[in-house]
Amino acid sequence: MKYRYLAAILGAACGTLAALPALAGPTLDAVKARGEIVCGVNTGVAGFSAPDSRGEWKGIDVDICRATAAALFGDAKKVKYVGLTAAQRFTALQSGEVDVLSRNTTGTLTRDTSLGLNFIAPNFYDGQGFIVAKKLGVKSAKDLGGATVCVQQGTTTELNMADYGRANKIAFKPVVIEKVEETVATFFSGRCDAYTADASALASVRSTAASNPDDYVILPEIISKEPLGPMVRHGDDQWFDLVKWSFMAMLEAEEYGITTANVDEMLKSNDPNVKRILGVTEGMGKALGTSEKWAYNIVKQVGNYGESFDRNVGANSPLKLDRGLNALWTKGGLMYGWPIR
Amino acid sequence: MTDSTISAIMPKPITGPLIWLRANLFANPFNILMTVLVVWFLAMSLPALLDWVLLDAVFQANNVRECRAAGSGACWAFIGEKHRLILFGLYPYDEQWRPMLVVLLLIAMVGVSCLRRFWTKWLAPMWVATLMIVGVLMWGGVLGLTYVENARWGGLPLTMILAFVAIAVAFPLGVLLALGRRSNLPAIRAICTIYIELVRGVPAVSLLFMASVMLPLLLPEGMSIDKLLRAQIALIVYASAYLAEVVRGGLQSLSKGQYEAADALGLTYWQKQRLIILPQALRITIPPLVNTLITVFKDTSLVVIIGLYDLMNAAKASFVDPAWRGSSIEAYVFVSLIYFAFCFFMSKYSQSIEKRLAKSQNR
Repeated sequence: MKYRYLAAILGAACGTLAALPALAGPTLDAVKARGEIVCGVNTGVAGFSAPDSRGEWKGIDVDICRATAAALFGDAKKVKYVGLTAAQRFTALQSGEVDVLSRNTTGTLTRDTSLGLNFIAPNFYDGQGFIVAKKLGVKSAKDLGGATVCVQQGTTTELNMADYGRANKIAFKPVVIEKVEETVATFFSGRCDAYTADASALASVRSTAASNPDDYVILPEIISKEPLGPMVRHGDDQWFDLVKWSFMAMLEAEEYGITTANVDEMLKSNDPNVKRILGVTEGMGKALGTSEKWAYNIVKQVGNYGESFDRNVGANSPLKLDRGLNALWTKGGLMYGWPIR
Repeated sequence: MTDSTISAIMPKPITGPLIWLRANLFANPFNILMTVLVVWFLAMSLPALLDWVLLDAVFQANNVRECRAAGSGACWAFIGEKHRLILFGLYPYDEQWRPMLVVLLLIAMVGVSCLRRFWTKWLAPMWVATLMIVGVLMWGGVLGLTYVENARWGGLPLTMILAFVAIAVAFPLGVLLALGRRSNLPAIRAICTIYIELVRGVPAVSLLFMASVMLPLLLPEGMSIDKLLRAQIALIVYASAYLAEVVRGGLQSLSKGQYEAADALGLTYWQKQRLIILPQALRITIPPLVNTLITVFKDTSLVVIIGLYDLMNAAKASFVDPAWRGSSIEAYVFVSLIYFAFCFFMSKYSQSIEKRLAKSQNR
């Protein structure tokens, strides 16, 4: 008898624990009452989210939170940033410590379902690639048969390369090294023919660690999928909508050529799409539960997606990443803003 | 015999640089070998170090590329660019005079507390006042200072606050735990023993993880304990268990006669501890105590894993910047000098206390 009570109590406790994320009160109301968004970001990845010399957060993940704040409050500064490690990130979102997790996180099925989270949309498509010295004359990863490849130990990178080699009958000779800095140093010292890691990491390594970046080339093959993007927790669809459409507005603004510089002129545009985005034709803000100027504020204060990309990771940043998969769909990429209407 | 004849007979004192050298550096073959090896090692490493630190170092540059082009040594321009991020973390840039003042104030108070002439009844109230001023400066929100939430605190002031509060709270707690573990009351003894063994049996990192990852899940929705407070509690819990064991070592080293004499005088338990036992036990344990305090000071850097921007994590954040990638050595050298300054001071001060207490012992 005693044990049955004990079991019941334990069961109830576990049930409460599991149900906690679902019980979360409407996030949007809490955010509005607080007057600022609590945004979980990476403690420091160049171009995605990192504090600058003045301690201000910068990066494309940070811009998602700034855009949402601009849409909701009309002020991109109304964000409180919480630096999260990989181990903390999901708990912080589940427990309500942060309202949105924008921390270069890959969307996967289990995260979207059993972790109780909702993946919004990829704001950066990453994937594993290869970098080689230009003087080798290699044009494709398929030419790397018998090549020595520097790779970091214990990562999915190592497994992805093995899978790719087996599938395409390429015999790589992996040089497995424990630390990422050592791996990079080993590659640039000439010990390996190629180095494999996420493509964005390769580009940043080339621009910063190589003595002459033009001596190296990143091969076109991408051998894994890493759609990185923001997440919210289950239980508040309106909040999900707001974060999602704040990001969509950045994509649509780029597609229709609306930038921070020309957004005021664009208010006079005759294009019905532009009119709807900028709130000249009313109705969109009402549907989202924000002011009609929501997207105007995003573009004015944060910029469109292309501006955010160039400023943080692209041509105007030290990382100098190509748009690649992250170009708009009209320019051969995967970035596809949904119609704002 | 006159004094002059005595001094004529006495052997001359053997001094002089050559004799010193022979006595200290070339006394026997093994000693000679060690001297040669050490000199050889210094000759090999010192010039390179000097080149790196000073002669080939670059003090003016706009990014790491310019730095590396200008010289092969350290890129101190990086510290010039990032020192405020490293020292004060994410604290609002225009308000950073406040944490600066906090650091100076805390250092000044430590200096004052170390001088014997200030060991009066005013010292405790002065510390309370100092901590209140520190709180006002860091949080603001009054006296026209803008409010800064503690999630944005960082750098050296955060490290100092975490370490000072952890030491200040954990020390009395540790003494109580040590007494509890030697208590005659079985319940208290069991609780203290379990607490100490549990905390000591897990790494500090896992305590911090529990505090930051598990605790929020166990609390009801909407109720959250501040992240900084959680880390602070974890550090206190960790430090108190270690201090308790150090103090217990001191308690056990006292002869049974001390306890019996105190009992014979009719002292109560607390009088006995305060007047007879603890003063002796604590004096014996000064070296291990200071050792633990230094460990606690350095272990504050473990809050890196829960995303607080203490001195170490702020330094790590500083070299993420792609414009300065590869400047990690400079950043680590900079923060290790700061850590070293604090730890070396603690160590030196404890030695001076030991000497002073030893004097009274030998009287």
